[in-house]
Amino acid sequence: MLAIARQRMLGQSFKKILPAVSVLRSYSSAAKQITVREALNSALDEEMSADPKVFLMGEEVGEYQGAYKITKGLLEKYGPERVLDTPITEAGFTGIGVGAAYYGLKPVVEFMTFNFSMQAIDHIINSAAKSNYMSAGQISVPIVFRGPNGAAAGVGAQHSQCYAAWYASCPGLKVLSPYNSEDARGLLKAAIRDPDPVVFLENELLYGESFPVSDEVLDSSFCLPIGKAKIEREGKDVTITAFSKMVGYALKAAEMLEKDGIYAEVINLRSIRPLDRSTINASVRKTNRLITVEEGFPQHGVGAEICASVVEESFSYLDAPVERIAGADVPMPYAANLERMAVPQVEDIVRAAKRACYRSVPLAATA
Amino acid sequence: MALSHLGASASRSSSLLKPLSSALSLRRPISGDNSPLTVETSVPFTSHQCEAPSRSVETNPKELLTFFRDMALMRRMEIAADSLYKAKLIRGFCHLYDGQEAVAVGMEAAITKKDCIITAYRDHCTFVSRGGTLLEVFAELMGRQAGCSKGKGGSMHFYKKDSNFYGGHGIVGAQVPLGCGLAFAQKYSKDETVTFALYGDGAANQGQLFEALNISALWDLPAILVCENNHYGMGTAEWRAAKSPAYYKRGDYVPGLKVDGMDALAVKQACKFAKEHALKNGPIILEMDTYRYHGHSMSDPGSTYRTRDEISGVRQERDPIERIRKLILSHDLATEKELKDVEKEVRKEVDDAIAQAKESPMPEPSELFTNVYAKGLGVESFGADRKEVRATLP
Repeated sequence: MLAIARQRMLGQSFKKILPAVSVLRSYSSAAKQITVREALNSALDEEMSADPKVFLMGEEVGEYQGAYKITKGLLEKYGPERVLDTPITEAGFTGIGVGAAYYGLKPVVEFMTFNFSMQAIDHIINSAAKSNYMSAGQISVPIVFRGPNGAAAGVGAQHSQCYAAWYASCPGLKVLSPYNSEDARGLLKAAIRDPDPVVFLENELLYGESFPVSDEVLDSSFCLPIGKAKIEREGKDVTITAFSKMVGYALKAAEMLEKDGIYAEVINLRSIRPLDRSTINASVRKTNRLITVEEGFPQHGVGAEICASVVEESFSYLDAPVERIAGADVPMPYAANLERMAVPQVEDIVRAAKRACYRSVPLAATA
Repeated sequence: MALSHLGASASRSSSLLKPLSSALSLRRPISGDNSPLTVETSVPFTSHQCEAPSRSVETNPKELLTFFRDMALMRRMEIAADSLYKAKLIRGFCHLYDGQEAVAVGMEAAITKKDCIITAYRDHCTFVSRGGTLLEVFAELMGRQAGCSKGKGGSMHFYKKDSNFYGGHGIVGAQVPLGCGLAFAQKYSKDETVTFALYGDGAANQGQLFEALNISALWDLPAILVCENNHYGMGTAEWRAAKSPAYYKRGDYVPGLKVDGMDALAVKQACKFAKEHALKNGPIILEMDTYRYHGHSMSDPGSTYRTRDEISGVRQERDPIERIRKLILSHDLATEKELKDVEKEVRKEVDDAIAQAKESPMPEPSELFTNVYAKGLGVESFGADRKEVRATLP
């Protein structure tokens, strides 16, 4: 199942490869595979090597090699002046990171999970996001806040929230969320090079997953544009938008839907702010149906914004109401069966797509 | 008490100076000269975990006259802002610094423009001491294009990056970790410069301050935390907010110095000492014992939580401008009339700047959408009615 999806992605990435390289490529049969962890690590390494102003800061990023080993080997390579272990004081070290960015350095601040970013959210919003505007361009803040976001496995209510919607609502921030290794490399490099504050939302469960990457992706100059979504799978019947881990689920759902003759177009958002409204709307104008998928809480979520955007821009193209698949509207429970109910599953996406295509799906009785 | 100290020191040194000054010139220019002069601070410094610097401050006539002029300008500027606010030309927040001028001018005298300063929202005078113009101040307060933030920031968001003034912050206490971050960057870049992060007695209890101080001490950052203790956090007196109002001691393992913040020379001495310390040994705290004549902001009369007698008492006994005036007069560096003329000049400068600021237009509507990002990527942004107002971010 996954192999088909991977071949599709391979096909798309092959289109980007330069002719000279493709000659060499014909000798090897399989593309290189790297994990998302390796992708992030190599991106950090290359950007630190290219620009001495880039430095890393966070809990356990140095001697511990990173709580999730994303920063492995970097302390040894770049030394303690550029890879800094901080005490467990998010408000303090985030403020220090933003101050360093004011001066012109390029900090990459790691939150062990984005749940802990709430301790520092004033600095992210009021000290970082708004400064360029309030100073009419004098104080730009070239900082990246990165770390795992959303649910992991069995970590409970205080460690499972998705912050995409909260941060993406704030003008002055850029919010990115990679899915595969190509996304991880390209978007993190773009984030570090960008002169504005970027919130970079990773996913703990994706760190260990491998994805094929082309030579172009592995090149140190590789970079993805911020604000552009990617069509992971083309289709004509229904559009499914997703980001991060849910992209994988959406692709699986598309597989299943194909068996029933429904061809879904899967859009990997990559960028939550700026949101690629034109790609989303162009797709909906083609398919006339939309399912938005996210892990986070449903109210005021990413899907709500996408739905509003499509209703505003492409109302007359919609043949069915927009469907939202999101995390359950409850704090994350611990028990495995309840946890499973609290996050979207592939069958939820399939069911919603069928509803949008008016294939009879018995509706649950309403209270 | 403070006055008697001044009188004693003045009579000691003036008797030495008189023959010297007459030998130099019959009529000295009002701008003064650089001949050295030693003045004692009003009170000795009190120290915590370090040895206090000497009470004897080296200065010269030129510096004293500059102090007088600069403080008179700041005083006049803040009073004028009060009038503009009451005339509804300034809106929103307006936090005035009159009474605290000695901290701004004393600090500036001890450092260079390569050292960084960051403060909270009572920032008008600090901005001016870093080289900001009166026009930039008044235009920003009135929300005009000629303002230092082009009218988009307002009273609490003045910045002057080219002289390392990083604002201008509205969230109480946030500027302290930011200042430690500036110090981090200075050390990282090997600039041999320091950062002064100013905060009030109200902000002194903020957790993030101690988080940043801990990191600064661990990493030996050249950060100088300056508590401008004007004894009231909005309407709450220091003894009601802090279990220990000895703010210079609150750093525990971080050394501290208590300074008479109404004495510009004491401020200068302390900042000079702190800079040397921070470059060698890491963070240090300076507590400036100061006072604000106005309330917390223009919406606070400032007399419900303190007596009018207290306010007028400080004005009589400790006013920073009067201290320098007395020093100048007792050392014969200028006549009373010359000083009054300076005050008149300064008043005219302020009036001219206000007139000029009033001429400056409000920002163009298109400015609503500029500077959201440093690199806008050509994305769209929206007004209240997105079908009516949209813009592409540059």
